[in-house]
Amino acid sequence: MAETAAAGTGMPQLDLSTFSNQIFWLVVTMVVLYFVMSRVALPRVAAVLADRRGTITSDIAAAEEYKLKAQQAEEAYNKALADARAEANRIVEAAKAEMQAELDVQIAKADAEISAKSAESERRIREIRDSALEMVTDVSKDVTGDILRLFDAKADARSVNAAVSARLKGGA
Amino acid sequence: MRLGKARVRNKGTRPVASESGGLSIKPMEQFEVKALFGGDISWYTPTNVTLWMALTVVAASALMIYGARGRALVPSRAQSAAEMTYGFIYNMVKDVAGHDAVRFFPHIFTLFMFVLFANLLGLIPFAFTTTSHIAVTAVLALTVFLSVTTLGFILNGTKFLGLFWVSSAPLALRPVLALIELISYFARPISHSIRLAGAMMAGHAVAKVFAGFASALGAAFFVPVLAVTALYALELLVAVIQAYVFTILTCVYLRDALHPSH
Repeated sequence: MAETAAAGTGMPQLDLSTFSNQIFWLVVTMVVLYFVMSRVALPRVAAVLADRRGTITSDIAAAEEYKLKAQQAEEAYNKALADARAEANRIVEAAKAEMQAELDVQIAKADAEISAKSAESERRIREIRDSALEMVTDVSKDVTGDILRLFDAKADARSVNAAVSARLKGGA
Repeated sequence: MRLGKARVRNKGTRPVASESGGLSIKPMEQFEVKALFGGDISWYTPTNVTLWMALTVVAASALMIYGARGRALVPSRAQSAAEMTYGFIYNMVKDVAGHDAVRFFPHIFTLFMFVLFANLLGLIPFAFTTTSHIAVTAVLALTVFLSVTTLGFILNGTKFLGLFWVSSAPLALRPVLALIELISYFARPISHSIRLAGAMMAGHAVAKVFAGFASALGAAFFVPVLAVTALYALELLVAVIQAYVFTILTCVYLRDALHPSH
């Protein structure tokens, strides 16, 4: 009996009569535990772990894709911005050129008017001067004739005129 | 131990515990195998061994199946514990025994769960520690030893004997080394089993002795109670570490069987 054997050694561990019982139940236990673990528990945990790894991998891939998309969007935005700048510059240049052309036309027109007006003025000044010169000649002739008449000098109009003209020309 | 013997001797004559003056500490009584329903113990009798081994299976299943039942992407605490246990043993098998040892992962995991929960359940007061019995640990260690040796010969044939022939040593030394290697190889199951049973038995016996002092010392009972508390924390550590050691040694032996070359 177990207790008497234990009493003999003091250590129940060395009681050989219980060995067969322990070994039998150990084998039963290990077989049951092995099947429970290998058939039920471990596949479940492995499936959950694989599932999680798969989800993490696909999430990282999705994040990578979104990042790429964001980069593309940024590039598109920058390109649109550059295009808009170029377009604005082009419009400014065109407006400047148009205004310059109009200005040139106006300036040319103004120049032409000015030159026409100055030519007219010149012409009129010349006329006035000519008429003034003529009047001076006439007055000179008249004055000369009158002077000659006052001095009772006989002089016909023709010779007086000639003399005055000669003098004026010489003096001029 | 001496007290235990004295007590047991008394028991033979008179089954009363009081004659040794109240100080009747029986540290080994907790290891006795008893039939659950009385009567003699034959090989199939349900005993406290049966009960505590069944509880070990229940506890291991509770962690690995009930704890991990949520199968959640973000694990609960129990599921996380189950997954960490899985990952811990899986990585141990892979790192120590190599990638081709992963097919033996369920066997090693079963071994670890059994030893771990048998050790831990044994810490419950009035529990029976199945792993404190040399019969149990010896069967486990011998199973490991025989399986690994058979596996070594099946996988490697006679090359498995290269395990004992240290080719990196000088030729003259090799026969001597071979003898040493051979002896240490056969000593493996002995140390493998006695280490576990001894650690479990010693810790529990000491705890029982201190607990016995507590009842005998009267007013100063708190001294041994404090000692038992400290010892209990240490025993918890020992229970886990011994399960770990038993498993990692199994992995080391398995590696030798898979890759016998030094």
